[in-house]
Amino acid sequence: MALTDAFSRSGGLRLRQRLQHGDLIFWLVALFFALLVVALLAIIVAVTWDGSDEARDTFGIIGFITSTEWNPVAGEFGAAPAIYGTVVSSMIALALAAPPAIMIGVFLSDLCPDRLRAPLSLMVELLAAIPSVVYGMWGVFVLIPFYRTFIASPLSETVGEYIPLFAGPVAVGRGLLVAGMILAIMILPTIAAVSRDVLTVVPTHQKEAMLALGATRWEVIRHAQLPYARAGIVGGMMLGLGRALGETMAALMVIGNMPRIEASLFQPATTAAAQIASQLPTTESDLHASSLILMALVLFLITLVANSIARLLVWNVSRQSGGR
Amino acid sequence: MPEDQPAHLYIENLCAFYGQSLAIEPTTLPIPRQQVTAIIGPSGCGKSTLLRSLNRLHETLPGARNEGAVWLDGENIFDPDVDPIIVRRRIGMVFQQPNPLRGRTIAQNVTIGLELDGASKQECDEAVERSLKLTALWDEVKDRLNDPAMDLSGGQQQRLCLARSLAVEPEVILMDEPASALDPIATLRIEDLVKELVSEYTIIIVTHNMQQAGRVSDNTVFMTLGDQGAGMVAEAGPTSEIFTTPANRKTEDYITGRFG
Repeated sequence: MALTDAFSRSGGLRLRQRLQHGDLIFWLVALFFALLVVALLAIIVAVTWDGSDEARDTFGIIGFITSTEWNPVAGEFGAAPAIYGTVVSSMIALALAAPPAIMIGVFLSDLCPDRLRAPLSLMVELLAAIPSVVYGMWGVFVLIPFYRTFIASPLSETVGEYIPLFAGPVAVGRGLLVAGMILAIMILPTIAAVSRDVLTVVPTHQKEAMLALGATRWEVIRHAQLPYARAGIVGGMMLGLGRALGETMAALMVIGNMPRIEASLFQPATTAAAQIASQLPTTESDLHASSLILMALVLFLITLVANSIARLLVWNVSRQSGGR
Repeated sequence: MPEDQPAHLYIENLCAFYGQSLAIEPTTLPIPRQQVTAIIGPSGCGKSTLLRSLNRLHETLPGARNEGAVWLDGENIFDPDVDPIIVRRRIGMVFQQPNPLRGRTIAQNVTIGLELDGASKQECDEAVERSLKLTALWDEVKDRLNDPAMDLSGGQQQRLCLARSLAVEPEVILMDEPASALDPIATLRIEDLVKELVSEYTIIIVTHNMQQAGRVSDNTVFMTLGDQGAGMVAEAGPTSEIFTTPANRKTEDYITGRFG
């Protein structure tokens, strides 16, 4: 029987029906939901663009992101302090969180006794499940007093005399550094969990290549596993950075909410998300509201840039390591 | 260990376990110095496990362990005072799947073992040239030593892995089906290398390929599954004898292709 005659067999009709529509419908449904994401993104951009009309007309986008003045009463709105606070607190968080998180990942994937692995993993993941307002409260009542007494005050009174980065006065302790510390704890589980996952799937043959050469456990991790998992670990760090950039509540509670750019990490500052959340309910004017919406657009752009850099990094790293 | 026999490695009552289950029955076997010993036998009879026991790699798997002794020039590699890392330095290994280290260049793959010891740049450069010449790879890659090792073909990758283990100057080389993932031409190149290297090294090669065992080996060990489901050595001796006048019925059946 020729292949084109297949439909004339018994049951050929059902076969014909099945072949005619099945994949097309599936394809359309999947396409619809995929496009939904794009539409949602477009709507968010359109709404923030539209809502920030007045602010853009008054200051211009460049003027808005370069101006350091934020005075709702005087009608002066500049986003530079919020952008600075957002980027610096997130970078501090990433720098503080990444090394211990990667070590946790190494421990969970390779060194941890089997019996301990599941409960420990669970606890690390639980860290990510704690609501950010709880982190903020813990920061206010526990971390800030500790940080003020044992980190900020001693540092500002010694090296702070010469290095502006650590200059006093410390006051109640709210500021950029402590916000970075809280954010670090919040993004640590993300980086740790991703690192654990990518280290776990490093092929045995890569580890045995090192083992058979007489490598110690650390050398196997250092030369076979970490390089193999590098792209994934960088990806995890960027996920964490994304979370830190957008984090609102915890940062709001410990950063001090002062729209200023100071050299010292001990001084109060603000972040874009914190500023929007704290001021949007009580705007002084339409221009104030419009400026906050423009700030949201800027924050969106920052995360977009951070993600693009991350993609580039991951791509570059995997290309250097010979791909595949 | 018997003093009178000249074996480089002397396997004595060696057993291998995975958890509670016995994978290899007590095995005693001399491995002659600077000869090729082939281990053949049907799938799942413990050839690889036996090989991986000889550089104490078997015990790195969860729940896996060995009993018995393997004498390397009169020293038991399983002695509690012996560090497995020293053993693996003297007994190198090449795996079934070519496994260059990802993220490293061709040259860096050769020198990784030396780097662990903090070797100088000059020592490393010399080792790259020496090892790659030994594995007949030098002329093919000398102009692109800094390219990713993953850019090489499968056969070149396998020779690179051999060069990597030669760079740390072992005495014994274990090969676990080194050519099974390669095409016939790359396979023949590996076999040629085995025949050349045996003038300086003791080589043990696990293979599925009977013709390969016949072509490269001086001695053949035939393994099979014992009554308890654990692997055991059914017959061992000079390759010429095993292939022409096997003493064991199973060996004959396997070699002639009646089972396996």
